[in-house]
Amino acid sequence: MKRKNQRLILLVMAVVAILGAVLLAMSAMRDQAAFFYAPGDVARKGLPLDRAVRIGGMVKQGSIQRHPDGVTINFVVFDETDATIPVQFRGITPDLFQENSGVVAEGRFQPNGSFVASEILAKHDENYMPPRLGPQGQHRTDTLE
Amino acid sequence: MIAEAGLAALWLAAALSLLQLFLGIAALRPGGEGLLRAVRPVAVAQGVLAALAFLILIWLFLRTDLSVELVAANSHSAKPWLYKFAGSWGNHEGSMLLWVTVLAVAGGAVALFERKLRQDTLIATLAAQALIGLGFYAFLLFASNPFTRLFPVPVEGNGLNPLLQDPGLAFHPPTLYFGYVGISIAFSFAVGALVTRDVGPAFARAMRPWILAAWIFLTLGIVAGSYWAYYELGWGGWWFWDPVENASLMPWLAATALLHSVTVLATRDGLRAWTVMLAVVAFSMSMIGTFLVRSGILTSVHAFAVDPQRGAFILALLILYIGGAMALFGLRVGTVKEGSRFDLVSREGSLVANNLLLSVILGIVFVGTLYPLGVEAVTGEKLSVGPPYFNTAAGPVALILVALMGAGPLLRWRSDRPSALVTRMSVPVLLSAASLLALIVLAPGIGIFPLLGLSLAPGVAAASVAPLWKRNLRRTPLFTWGMVVAHLGIAVSMAGMASESAFTKETLVAASPGQTMHVGPFNVRFDSVEPVAGPNWTAIEARLTARRGEGTPFELRPQARMFSSPSTPTSEAAISTVFDGQLYVAIGEEDQQGRWQIRLWWKPAVTLIWFGGILVALGGFLSLIGRVFRERRSAAAKEVAAGADMPAKEVLV
Repeated sequence: MKRKNQRLILLVMAVVAILGAVLLAMSAMRDQAAFFYAPGDVARKGLPLDRAVRIGGMVKQGSIQRHPDGVTINFVVFDETDATIPVQFRGITPDLFQENSGVVAEGRFQPNGSFVASEILAKHDENYMPPRLGPQGQHRTDTLE
Repeated sequence: MIAEAGLAALWLAAALSLLQLFLGIAALRPGGEGLLRAVRPVAVAQGVLAALAFLILIWLFLRTDLSVELVAANSHSAKPWLYKFAGSWGNHEGSMLLWVTVLAVAGGAVALFERKLRQDTLIATLAAQALIGLGFYAFLLFASNPFTRLFPVPVEGNGLNPLLQDPGLAFHPPTLYFGYVGISIAFSFAVGALVTRDVGPAFARAMRPWILAAWIFLTLGIVAGSYWAYYELGWGGWWFWDPVENASLMPWLAATALLHSVTVLATRDGLRAWTVMLAVVAFSMSMIGTFLVRSGILTSVHAFAVDPQRGAFILALLILYIGGAMALFGLRVGTVKEGSRFDLVSREGSLVANNLLLSVILGIVFVGTLYPLGVEAVTGEKLSVGPPYFNTAAGPVALILVALMGAGPLLRWRSDRPSALVTRMSVPVLLSAASLLALIVLAPGIGIFPLLGLSLAPGVAAASVAPLWKRNLRRTPLFTWGMVVAHLGIAVSMAGMASESAFTKETLVAASPGQTMHVGPFNVRFDSVEPVAGPNWTAIEARLTARRGEGTPFELRPQARMFSSPSTPTSEAAISTVFDGQLYVAIGEEDQQGRWQIRLWWKPAVTLIWFGGILVALGGFLSLIGRVFRERRSAAAKEVAAGADMPAKEVLV
């Protein structure tokens, strides 16, 4: 880089790098754009069978069923639409997981419309409500910690 | 009266920061030279007063003075004293007071200790620091007053979120804040140098130790936060790409880039405008992080406020400061002269590559963190961006960056022959190739990222220590040691991450006492379940005995705790560290047949993740000491004679 306009070259490199980052981010984001599904979204967006997604909603009262192996449970997630998602999960549920409270789970949909969760994300706030069911309708995003 | 004294100290500190700003401006105008000497003492006094206000808040928490609203809302007389103490920043107001205190103390420290910077630049720097301080004092005093009284005085406080009741709370937030907010110094230096048109090597040398200091704290804070999440949350993960984690990672990425570009500026007088820009970006990331975490737009253990006004206030400050600094940069960037030139294959070239790749990763994390929030704010549609996005987008770039990190320090400044680099890199490349082959043969089927990470790590580790090759180790400057240790730390940490993701073994069962389970090389017997009690919690504790082959058995005691105030269940994992990894056990619920859910993980080499992080911080610390002493000695040497061998030494530094 002995040419006179080294500064310009560095600038162009920086711009290219940043643009590359944004393009990379955007293309990765497109795959992820439909990462989160509320029960009402499934009918609208179709079943994503090809990838891991997150679902979120409320755990239906009386829907938690335990399997004889002691570590697998089934439950039903619903939201303000009438749609529901039956969920199966093998693992230890977070401390704040209970019926009639919010839940976010990561896993895969099955062709029959049920959902096999690999992880249930804890809501470290006993007052957590999924955004659409939130009392004030504020913009709140669920986070893990 | 104590709370009122704290409030008074805070008001006084705010007033002094206003004075500091005006004195600074006046001193820099023609004819204002007489005021130059007044600015430093004001900055120091401001730092002392802010620290005093913070100490008073701690005192109120230690005494559980329930007539103070903040204490009543977040503390409880039955809490252990450590959590009374650390709980003073485990809430919105207290943590913002800590934020402002670090800001003011950092400014005071610059006023007290900075001797190398040109005086007018220093004054401009302190004025900039005062300007940042003013906004956040206003935020505290008008929107987040920590000293508000409560009447009638309640009988008991509400207690602290049990998840925060952990020794980690005493260490992680202050360390992170020292780094996070300490970066404000770099921002103020950049603004100061733009104002006085002083961007050059001397400025960079003055700024470097401050950046290093903040960066060390930031590194330690992130490492501590990662380990805390790992053992406290009980899911065995160490990084979740959670927005609050990204909020601390983004300033770190920018500060790391800044640390490297400021070296080019200090040593070779290159990358002038870029370095100034990075300093502005680094602190902008800190402020964006503060906004994300403190505004309440994220529901998280970190977010205490859900008051939209507070969020708007921080957002306004953020736009004001970042916008102002960017505007100043735009106006003055033309006056920043172009630095000296260099070849593509040179130390400078590799540092430029480092900066570009770090910027790319920063861009990816930034988009992934903020885009979903933006979309949700505008359209209300909920977009959740998870680990798959960050791993696939940032992972490859990070691997390239780490590979380059091995090669960079083996290049000479200004210009080097590519063939020479190939020779110097031959041993590391062979090591990596051998590891890759060994892994493919011995551990088939591990993922592509862990595979590449594990094969890169030994090569990069070897390349990292290569700068010490054939050198007199005693005469090697401390800052060279610092670089070697920090780079080695990255390789070590990467090996840990890759090993954790490739080789973790998991067992999940519902077991009755007396049953034996297996995970990895361990046999674990479930002995019994006992009730236990702590100062403000009761728990069910499982007793397990683990044994590896014929080795000595050891006990593990995971708990399911129930805190009394506020009443919340938490899970305390039991972690046993052995030389080559960790055994991690968490318990869940009991079922009707008296079986307990038990989850066991064997995580080989997982400790390397944090050990590597600590090495990185240690490397920064060695560099910092080395730099400070070198400046002292060279200042002394200059008085004796003009040092002749400096350029020769700098070549391989």
